[in-house]
Amino acid sequence: MALNEFFFGIYPYIAGTVFLLGSWIRFDREQYLWRSESSQLLRRGSLRWGSNLFHFGIIGLFFGHLIGLLTPLAVFETLGLTPPDKQIIAMTTGGTLGIAILLGLILLIHRRVSEPRLRANSHWSDWVTLVWLLATLLLGLSTIAVSARHLDGREMLLLMGWAKHIVTLRGVEAAALIAGASIVFKIHIVFGLTLFLIFPFTRLVHVWSGIASLGYLLRPWQLVRSRRLPGT
Amino acid sequence: MKVRAQIGMVLNLDKCIGCHTCSVTCKQVWTSRPGVEYAWFNNVESKPGVGYPDEWENQDKWQGGWKREPNGALRLRQGSRLGVLSKIFANPALPEIDDYYEPFTYDYEHLQQAPEQSASPSARPRSLLSGRTLEKIEKGPNWEEILGGEFERRSRDRNFEGLQKAIYGQFEQTFMMYLPRLCEHCLNPACVASCPSGAIYKREEDGIVLIDQDKCRGWRMCVSGCPYKKIYYNWKSGKSEKCTFCFPRIEAGLPTVCAETCVGRIRYLGVLLYDADRIADAASVDAERDLYEAQLGIFLDPDDPQVIAAARRDGVPDAWLDAARRSPVYAMAMRWRIALPLHPEYRTLPMVWYVPPLSPIQTAVQSRMIGEVGGLPDVAALRIPLQYLANLLTAGDVDPVRRALERLLAMRAHMRHRHVGGTADPRPAERTGLTPAEFDAMYRLLGIANYEDRFVIPTTHREYAENAFELKGSCGFTFGNGCSGGETSLSPFGGDRRRTVPDEGGV
Repeated sequence: MALNEFFFGIYPYIAGTVFLLGSWIRFDREQYLWRSESSQLLRRGSLRWGSNLFHFGIIGLFFGHLIGLLTPLAVFETLGLTPPDKQIIAMTTGGTLGIAILLGLILLIHRRVSEPRLRANSHWSDWVTLVWLLATLLLGLSTIAVSARHLDGREMLLLMGWAKHIVTLRGVEAAALIAGASIVFKIHIVFGLTLFLIFPFTRLVHVWSGIASLGYLLRPWQLVRSRRLPGT
Repeated sequence: MKVRAQIGMVLNLDKCIGCHTCSVTCKQVWTSRPGVEYAWFNNVESKPGVGYPDEWENQDKWQGGWKREPNGALRLRQGSRLGVLSKIFANPALPEIDDYYEPFTYDYEHLQQAPEQSASPSARPRSLLSGRTLEKIEKGPNWEEILGGEFERRSRDRNFEGLQKAIYGQFEQTFMMYLPRLCEHCLNPACVASCPSGAIYKREEDGIVLIDQDKCRGWRMCVSGCPYKKIYYNWKSGKSEKCTFCFPRIEAGLPTVCAETCVGRIRYLGVLLYDADRIADAASVDAERDLYEAQLGIFLDPDDPQVIAAARRDGVPDAWLDAARRSPVYAMAMRWRIALPLHPEYRTLPMVWYVPPLSPIQTAVQSRMIGEVGGLPDVAALRIPLQYLANLLTAGDVDPVRRALERLLAMRAHMRHRHVGGTADPRPAERTGLTPAEFDAMYRLLGIANYEDRFVIPTTHREYAENAFELKGSCGFTFGNGCSGGETSLSPFGGDRRRTVPDEGGV
């Protein structure tokens, strides 16, 4: 099916290219617009619970996806984990983190909608980001119900295979692999990939900076800059 | 020894009349933009009061500055590095804009467009945050002007610690002083240490602390990290901003806008040399009361040949060494010890210092309402309690405050004898340990306060700082990437529409 081939064999590369090139161009051209756009100063509200639940949850979930999808099967076998075991682990950790994120997101969206100050200062891209994250998350959570119907881990292995084929640049085979997978998984994947597509155009770019801020743990407290040209 | 130079500032509170010219000119130049309407890089507070933002001196609440660990190491009050990083999603110690005030404008348009009506139309206040009409303005800049508001609220001022503050609420006992505040451009800045992006830095050549607007990501840990609450989050641009010490002016040898426009001529700018290798030691001495002396200990004598040699070795230009010798800041902070740091207990080693205010006393002395000690009015009997000033300026140690006030009084007595006549009383000079020549110099600096004595600012040596060839044809001093300002309606990366529209009609 051509549609299947496009969304699962070609679209990942379009999204990935826009994600990488877009981030790079924006970082190079417009760093002044590269920021987390925190609204905490205007109104704290439920930010403490909302933002922490959301962020810690989504960081966990991101690495959960990364490890779950891309770790070679041999590693799980040496750890003594059969595919059904792994599926149960994926469903429980994903489900728990997903619920935490959902709570956080609801708090954040409610905060932004109910407070006139925040509503007045929200860009359309903020709404797109929030709604898209919510939709992707709900789809992700509903895959748990699909998975629960067959706990043998076979569909999970297909999805893992798809991810591994994608990152090793074998798009056509990848799309063929999951042609028969549940539609819920498929829509979830397309929504997830689209997050990468919109990433450079929204406040999501601060994720890069979040990773970069880990350097703070290693640097000295004080920073001094000299205006002196090298060699003078 | 690693010699570095910094342009420091001294404010003579004895002469501050609270006119707010510094604040207004600063705002005109630096913060009359959307997103920082509420921000005053320079503001003048009436003390005692909770200040701006609310209770900024209460570090139990705002977690600013440094804390000394039992093992002698320093760490930020708001947490270890990991602690700081774990709070970037929601900073528990970040003030809300209402702790400053909600910025507002007035609906002036209504005055012109209102239909004919029996009562004259009024311009109602409107929030700049939400655009909504405000029923009541709850707060504004300088809300406590000249002891405005009830004592109950103002008495939350932390500098009342150790004082029976209730009596100062009585009208007969009340006292007041002005405190102009700006970024302290600290030697051990807590904002720099708080920034997960590494966007805030201290300039090696002149000590000015700046935020790289391109590198700031809006994690806003600096806002809570700064104990003086002098970093402001621009809610429109999502970047933090702060006092720049008017660095483009300083580089050209001009005083900052606040200092230039001060009608009371209370501000002084001059070079201080310090030993960068001893910053950590000075900031981590055990007792808070020793911090003032510890900071004095790292300032270097610009007349000492060893210091001069080391400064040359470390690249301090000769013009700067010359300026350091003529520095009014060095004279007041080091030679005469009449200028004191603001809240040294925050351990940031601040570089904007204050000459404590005398209360108006001459009449009181002449009518024998104040006793004399060693030929000087008894400073302990002044209207502003010594302990209050000490809590503000020396972490509670009254001796340096007493010494500074007595020296100001002795200088006055010296000049009074010269101009009004009578026999010169040698006791004030003996008691304060200053010579008549020093009193003359003090008088010239504090009383006459000539422009060229107040501001001794060497120009920057641009020849080593930048390659002029590469600057040719480049874009100017602006936000954004220098050329685009970062705000275009067409940009897929967002931002606001331009507020000025190019005139396409031709001339």
